[in-house]
Amino acid sequence: MEPTFYGLLVFLIIGSIVALEMKDILSSVIAVGVVGLALSILFLLLGAPDIAITQVVVEIIVVTVLIRAAARSGRVEMTRRPDLVSTVLGLILVLCFCGFALAALETLRPFGGARPLVGHWYLVNAEAGTGCANAVMAILLDFRGYDTLGEATVILTAILGAVVLLRPKAREEEAEPAVVPGVPAEVAHE
Amino acid sequence: MNDGPGMSLIVRMVSRWLLGFVFVYGLGVALFGHLTPGGGFVGGVVVACALVMSILAFGGKQGPGAFLARAVTTLDAAGALMFLALALFGYVAGCFFTNWIARGEPATFGSTWFVILMNVAILVKVGAGAFAGFLAIVAFGHILDAEEGRP
Repeated sequence: MEPTFYGLLVFLIIGSIVALEMKDILSSVIAVGVVGLALSILFLLLGAPDIAITQVVVEIIVVTVLIRAAARSGRVEMTRRPDLVSTVLGLILVLCFCGFALAALETLRPFGGARPLVGHWYLVNAEAGTGCANAVMAILLDFRGYDTLGEATVILTAILGAVVLLRPKAREEEAEPAVVPGVPAEVAHE
Repeated sequence: MNDGPGMSLIVRMVSRWLLGFVFVYGLGVALFGHLTPGGGFVGGVVVACALVMSILAFGGKQGPGAFLARAVTTLDAAGALMFLALALFGYVAGCFFTNWIARGEPATFGSTWFVILMNVAILVKVGAGAFAGFLAIVAFGHILDAEEGRP
């Protein structure tokens, strides 16, 4: 597992850099899709099939939407000159982040090792307490139902907001020039 | 090759064959979420993928995607309300989010109807929600424009 795992990690980093640096937005979207699929294989190797499935499925629908949107907007060329100040600032930020992350990782328990008290209780009591053979579902929908309710509310609000803002009627209202009373529309438009 | 709404004949034919399988797969992933990896969220997104495929292949006027496109926001809200109602019915047994429906034999399909119903609610919610997001971002501008003859 180890060489595959680290190979995929390096592949993820390279893919992300490619996605960031591509000039063509369609190629960038495809690179993002490749990164997402590699990430799902990583989750599978780490023993989290639930998250792997979610990752793969969400990645597919997001990439479909993005490709469709990119195809609609035509060939958008990203032209951005590298700026010395922002590059230096970015490097400093990356170094700071890596330092903090290393310091934080040292306090973590070893991967797959002893579980915290609550997590262990959930794992032991999942089947008896809820009847779910799948412990992930037992936690999501029963023990931590409140979290899922909040999640559902967030998705509902986000989707309704997007639909309200992007529906054709709203676009037409935005596209039409404002009508000034007493002035013919052509004159006002000129 | 672009005769009629949607994509070419080959794409439409292949989607016609695949649509049912993808749809049923999504339903299965959601319904068996309490036993196998998966669940309402994943199943919902798979169902939304099937609807997206229908819209992309057949355009905005034919197929199950176009049929459901009018009801997405209603379904989205209905799923969320069903989830909330299941949680509120927990008061029947004492408190919010209680697993109040009688449980069957462990590790069989009917082992926990409460979680199955929860999964169905999330399936409806996420399926409609992801599809509505697709419609809002892509289809409202693109497909509807094409059908009304706008460039």
